[in-house]
Formats: sequence, C-alpha cells, structure tokens
Amino acid sequence: MAHDTTHEHHYHDPSNITNPEHAEHHIVTPLQYGYVYGTLLFFTILTILAADWDMGIFNPIVALAIASTKAIVVILFFMHVKYQSGLIKMTVASGFFTFLILITMTLSDYISRAWGLW
Amino acid sequence: MSATATTIVNLPDQSTATIPKKNYISAEHGLLSWLLTGDHKRIAMLYLISITVFFFIGGAFAGLIRLELLTPQPDLVASDTYNKLFTMHGVIMVFLFLVPSVPATIGNFVIPIMVGARDLAFPKINLLSWYLYLVGGVMMIATMVLGGVDTGWTFTTPLSTHYLNTHVITTALAIFVAGFSSIFTGLNFIVTVHRMRCPGMTWFRLPLFIWSHYAASILMVLGTPVLAISLVLVLLERVFGIGVFDPTKGGDPLLFQHLFWFYSHPAVYIMILPGMGVISEVVSTFSRKRVFGYTAVAFSSVAIALFGFFVWAHHMFIMGISNYSALVFSLLTMLVAVPSAIKIFNWAFTLQKGSITFETPMLYAFGFMGLFTIGGLTGVFLGSLGMDIQLTETYFIVAHFHFVMVGGMLMAFLSGVHFWWPKMTGRMYPEALSKLAAVVTFIGFNLTFMPQFVVGYLGMPRRYHAYPPEFQVLNVLSTAGATVLGVGYLLPLIYLAWSLKYGPIAGNNPWQATGLEWQIQSPPLTENFTEIPIMDHEAYDYEWLEHKTQHEVTAVG
Amino acid sequence: MDNAIAQTEPLMPRETSVHEAGHDVEHEHVFIPQHRHHFETEEQQREAGSFGMWLFLLTEIMFFGGLFFAYLLYRNWYYDAFVPASNFLSIPLGGANTAILITSGFFMAIAVWAAEVRKKNVLVWSLVFTMLFGWAFICIKGIEWHDEWVHGHIPGATYNIGEFVNPKAHGINDEKPLPVDMAQRTQIFYFLYFGMTGMHALHMLIGLGILLWLLWRAIRGEFTQGYVAPIENFGLYWHFVDIVWLYLFPLLYLINRHPLAH
Repeated sequence: MAHDTTHEHHYHDPSNITNPEHAEHHIVTPLQYGYVYGTLLFFTILTILAADWDMGIFNPIVALAIASTKAIVVILFFMHVKYQSGLIKMTVASGFFTFLILITMTLSDYISRAWGLW
Repeated sequence: MSATATTIVNLPDQSTATIPKKNYISAEHGLLSWLLTGDHKRIAMLYLISITVFFFIGGAFAGLIRLELLTPQPDLVASDTYNKLFTMHGVIMVFLFLVPSVPATIGNFVIPIMVGARDLAFPKINLLSWYLYLVGGVMMIATMVLGGVDTGWTFTTPLSTHYLNTHVITTALAIFVAGFSSIFTGLNFIVTVHRMRCPGMTWFRLPLFIWSHYAASILMVLGTPVLAISLVLVLLERVFGIGVFDPTKGGDPLLFQHLFWFYSHPAVYIMILPGMGVISEVVSTFSRKRVFGYTAVAFSSVAIALFGFFVWAHHMFIMGISNYSALVFSLLTMLVAVPSAIKIFNWAFTLQKGSITFETPMLYAFGFMGLFTIGGLTGVFLGSLGMDIQLTETYFIVAHFHFVMVGGMLMAFLSGVHFWWPKMTGRMYPEALSKLAAVVTFIGFNLTFMPQFVVGYLGMPRRYHAYPPEFQVLNVLSTAGATVLGVGYLLPLIYLAWSLKYGPIAGNNPWQATGLEWQIQSPPLTENFTEIPIMDHEAYDYEWLEHKTQHEVTAVG
Repeated sequence: MDNAIAQTEPLMPRETSVHEAGHDVEHEHVFIPQHRHHFETEEQQREAGSFGMWLFLLTEIMFFGGLFFAYLLYRNWYYDAFVPASNFLSIPLGGANTAILITSGFFMAIAVWAAEVRKKNVLVWSLVFTMLFGWAFICIKGIEWHDEWVHGHIPGATYNIGEFVNPKAHGINDEKPLPVDMAQRTQIFYFLYFGMTGMHALHMLIGLGILLWLLWRAIRGEFTQGYVAPIENFGLYWHFVDIVWLYLFPLLYLINRHPLAH
C-alpha cells in the first residue's frame, strides 16, 4: 500500500489532484446577465434586418456569423464558461472541433464530385 | 503455489487461505442489492454475465453461417434467412459484445481502483448504462423473435430504407438505446479520470489501461451520437418516406453512409483501444518489466482516437464518393496505422530482456500481438485505393476485421478476464485447462480466418451464401476452424464457472503485479480502499513492488 | 458500511495568498446533505457534475450536427426550392419565438444566480418564468406547425406542391414559379424543418418536464442551502437548447427574403 500519510492534516499534494485548478467561484450578477440579454435581442433584430439586405454570397455568412456571436455570448456568460476551468473550455472547444470535422470532411466529398450542383 | 522460474504465480498457503469475509460480493444480499447497486464492481459483474449471453447468441449465428458455407450451394437456409443470419451476427457482436466488452466489464471494475477512487464519478449513471444495455439487448432479441433483420449490420441505404420489409425499425431503436449505454459509460470514465485521481496520481503515473480507456471514452462520447442521428433518419425515412436518402426524391443515399461511418470507424477504435490497454498491463506483468516507452504508448492511444475521426470514408471507396475525397481519406488511413504500430513496437521492446513467463493471460496477449499485427497490416492493403477496389466486399475484408476484432480484441478480452479474474472473484482458475483453451482458440482462429484471406483475394464475395465450387476446400477449412474455435470459447465458460466454487484462493496479488488494484484484497471491499491511497511511485515500478513485499508479512485471509 | 470517508483527513492543500477567506469553508470539510461518499470534497463533486453535463452536451452537438449537415447539403443542392419553402415561414412568429427563448434563457440564468446567493423566492419565480416562456415558445411552434398543415406542407402523402408550381394563383407575387421536380424538393426543406424544429421541441419538452420537477424541489428549499448543482447543470442544458434554436432561426427562416428583388 502507498505510504500512509492520511492522518497528517492538510497533506500537500504536489500534483493537487482533487482540485487542480481551484477555479474561482465567480458569481455572475443579474446586471451582467441583463447586458447579455440585451445583446442577444439586439443581434436577433440585426439578423432579421440583415436578411432583408441582399449581400449575395455573404447573406449566409453574415447570418452564421451573427448566430455564432450569439452562441458564444450564451456560452461564455449564461453558461459561465468564461469563469470556468481550462478543462471546461477545452471540452467546449473539442465539441465544436469534432462537429466541424464532421461538416468539413463530409463536405470534401460532395464539393469534389463531378455531378451535383456545387 | 509460489513463484518459480517458469511461473510468477504466487498464491497464499491454500491450507489456511480464505476469501476475505468482507468484500463487495458479501456486503449485501438479495437480488435487489444487485439490481439497484451503485457499486462499480457489481455493475461490472452484471455486465460480464449479460455480455457473455449475447456473445454466445452472436456466436450461434456465426455457427449457422459457417454451416451454410460448408457447401457451395445455397442449401441450408433461404437467401433472406442467410441475410438475417449475418446481419444479426454482426449487430450483436459489434454493438452488444465488442463495444461494451472490456470497458463495461473490466473497465468498470478496475478503473476506479486504478486511479485510487472509491467509485466512478456517477454510480447511478453507471447503473443506468447497464439497464440501457439490457433494454437494447432485449429489443434485439425481440427483433430475432419477430423474424429478424437482413440489411447487414451497416444498414446501407436505400436497401434498408426502401427495399426491405424486415424489422429495421426495431433494430435501429435497439442500437440507439445501446448507444446511449456506451455514451454514459464513456462519460463516466472521462470525468473519473480527470477529477477522481487520488493524491499523487498524475496523468503520467496512470496505468496505460487508463489511457486506452480514456481515449476510447472520448470516441464513445463524440462518435456515438452521429450513429444515433443516422439511425433516427433511417427510422423517419421508413416511417414517413420523407426522401432524405431516396434518390427519386432528391435525397442522397451516401449521406447515410457518411453519418453511419463517421461513428462506425471510430467504433472500431472504441472496440480495440480498451483491448490494447489490457495488453499493456499483461505484457508488463508477465515480462516483469515496465512498458517500454510509456509516453509513446499513452500518446499513441490519444492519437488513434484523434486520427480515427478523420478516416471514415475508407469504408465508402466504391460507394460513389468523389475520387479526390477518396484520395484524402486513403492518405489519412495510412497515417492512422502508425500509432497502432507504435504500440506493437513498444510491447515488443517491453518483452525484450524481460523475464517472460507464459501464464494464460500472456498466451492470449501473444496471440493478440501476432494476430492484430496481421489484421492491421491487411487494413493497410485495404486503405490503398487500387487494392480496395479488388478486395472490398470480399472475404478479404471479412478476414481482416475478424483478425483485428476476434484475433485482436476478443483475445484481449479473454486475456483481461483471465488476468483480473482472481481480483474480481478471489479465485484462481485451473491453469492447465486455461492454457489449453488459449491454444485451442489460437489454432481454431487461424484455421477459421486465414483461409478467408485467400478465398477473398481469389474473389469470393462476402454476404453470399452460394459460391463457386472451387472455393469449397477453403470454406470447409474455415468451418472446421470455427468448430474448434467454438470449443475454445466454451472451455472458459466451464472452468471459470467451476473456479468460483472450487478454484484455489488467489490472495491479493497472485501475479505479483504493480498497480493499485493488486495492493488491495481480492475480492475488493465495496469502498475499494479503507483509506485513499497516495501515489508516490511511477506506473509499472517493479522495484517498488519488491521493496514493499519484502516488508510484508506473508499471512493470509 | 462504516463510513470510511468521514475518518479520512481532508487532503486539500492549504491555501495561502490566492483566495479570500470564504474558501476556507471548503477546507473545513463541511458536507451538505447531498454529498456523495465517493467524492472527497464539495468542490470535486460540483466540478465533476458540471463536467459530466458538458460531456453530455457534446453528444447533443454531434447529434444535431448530423441534421445540420443534411441541411447544408440539401440547401446547396436544391437552393431554388429551399428559398420559396423558407419564405413561407413567418418571420414575426419565428422572430418572436427567438426573443421568447432568449428571455427564457435569461430567467434561467437569473435562477442559477438566485440559487448561488440563496434567494429562494427569486429562484422560484425565475424558474416559473423560465417555464412560462418555454411554454410560450412551444405554443407558437404549434401554431406555426398547424399553419403548415393547413397549407399542405407536411411532407408525405398530404404534401401539396401547388403554391410552388404556381405561386401567383395562390396569391404569392414575389416568388418565381418552380418546375415540378424542383417543387417536389421543397418537401426536403420541410422534412428538415420539421425534423430539426421537432427534435428541438422534443428537447424543450423534456426540459420543461425536468424544470417542473426542479421547481417543486426549489419550492421545498432544496437548492438554496448550498446545493446548486442541479439548477446549474440544468441551466447548461437549457442554454444549449437555446443555442440550437439561435442557429435554426436564421438557417430555416432567413435563407433569402428577396427572391425576385433586383
């Protein structure tokens, strides 16, 4: 058995496993949530107005950019990710990374076909 | 029995040894204490029993397939029935056996102990996992009883959506449910490894078994949902006829395949990585030597998981994807072979200058290393476009994946079951019989599947129950091998069950292995440890073990 | 089982400079009643729970991801069909629904705050408003779906391509008429529309059910004495469902709102 130091008070664990990052317990205030709320409503109106403006190929790009901005704001603030540990941030990033792999690599097939409407 | 030059097995004195009175099996009594347990070890045992049942059902289907293929004529069963046989064999073996085999049984049992925790992060979700597995399994049995499904385990559209009237919906739902079982297991493992390691247990002190399961768990969590949506779309297509995979309505059947294989390729890594984790532990223990290149093996596990996401269309080379994308996927497929090869090299160097003994888990491990290498190399043949056009949809592919999955993964599973059996049950199995079973399995396996490489290369298509008469000799050899293989798999069932009552008492550490699970009693306490350990040495540290055992009293009980 | 954990000494390193005094509470090992014995500290349990919920949300990203890809593919293949099909959808209803769902998310965030600062009344009312706005979303969705049913836009046997083949005869003056085979492709749009909004609505209904259960527990004071994990983790789920809609709205409703312009 590993040597027994559990009776020693406040064992100093150099690798600090049980709470590695001591993530600050930050509490987001209702006022901050209010700002986020306003931002989201603003961007919603913006995306509707942008749809009315013919930008050709940029319409879907702008629409996705606005939607992604809203999503990022929700993730960072409503879901607290801005104040969470690096592990949580990595987890969120890896989810979207894998999603992008699915999209882009599948697209690589369709885009390079000789038939179809690309 | 104590260690000698030919074996490292070190059992306590059998005249005075007993199973420890307080352990996870004796802690509570009654059926409900098992069915409502949160104890990861009990859940592992529940899984072991269920998985074994489904393995033998899947095996029965395999037996019927091989029986039909004894003769070139389609004389045993009708075409549709034959299609059902290989479909059910595939679905059960992949989803109800291979995917959960090592993670849900051995992983569930040892992972918390290996990291120094009292249980997994979410014990109730662990139990839910098992129930979902059972529901999926029962639904599969329902499919069988209702008349079966004959789409092939790959559900290729538009066959599965438009041209067949068998129980596709029930099967798709069964796999959907079983998929969630897998997702929750993976989720549990990831959180446990990140957040429940004991003090001193840094990432690079973890056993390589943990690294393999961590990588496989990432695949489970990220890949399985895409399988889920592909099956949901097949369901909707069959029920509502919306046209998403129907060319006459503008749909693309290949869309299904992209989504299906996006999971199903990582699925093969979900299946093999835990097995590789077992092999790391076994090879180290029976060479009395730390795994060569720990960091390389650890990172190669994660690399396999990462690259495994980039290669799925190599299952679709002949299906109609563009040539350019086929080129890209072929190149990436070559890359993904590299980390697997790294592991084989590292195990080989672990063996070099080690003190090797040939107990049963090691026999299976040797079998794994040889057979997985052959299977893996043939995978590289299949990854090159020109060869694939010739070899795909023939028995070459069937042989390839059976070499990696049966010669590889199933051998690793048996290796792991035999390795951790004394820990899980407190008993040893009869060594002579187990070695015999390992050898019989190896012989039977080669006899079954080596001819299939040849017959596939010569052009015999897969999923056909009639074939040109010139292929009969090879098919007869294959069926003969399958019979031998069946015997090899039945033997452990018998002697492992026997050992539960009559096997010698194993003691804490019959293999003299490192690793936290071997430093506690066999079977373990419900809470695993009386005090949370503090990890102060590296993994596979045999000097630490020797130093420790010198100071231990060799009392028993 | 004799409670071995209670006898184990706390294994947290002693903090010095970085944290304010409030953190010492955790180091004194005061356990809330909902503490699970396989965790050493509250912090560990809470972080594990949060991490676990995020991993589950990753599976949801990949699950919806398949549908998003199908949308991407068919929108590009059949753009000319997707445009008029999308233009039938109502921006006022869709836009209102977006605002409603964002508001529901806002109240959910307030609920998490209220649980953290232990204000039970604020928590309860926030959860009530989260639910109310969630239900409002579902109701408007129902109205939209009914509209589509009435106009023969449900894919399958009842589908009616009439207004796409001959828009002027149906009083639609700003769409160009489609050839019959392209008009049939509008069914794919509607399949994706019902599939994606339906899957989203299903997730919302499940969420509303869980919300009701959480509300009941919140009224009993279970979440305002230091145990906030269920509210926090459900909040993550609810916001995720919100994010899915934030993408669905422009992709389904705002494809090309001026087809005959210029």
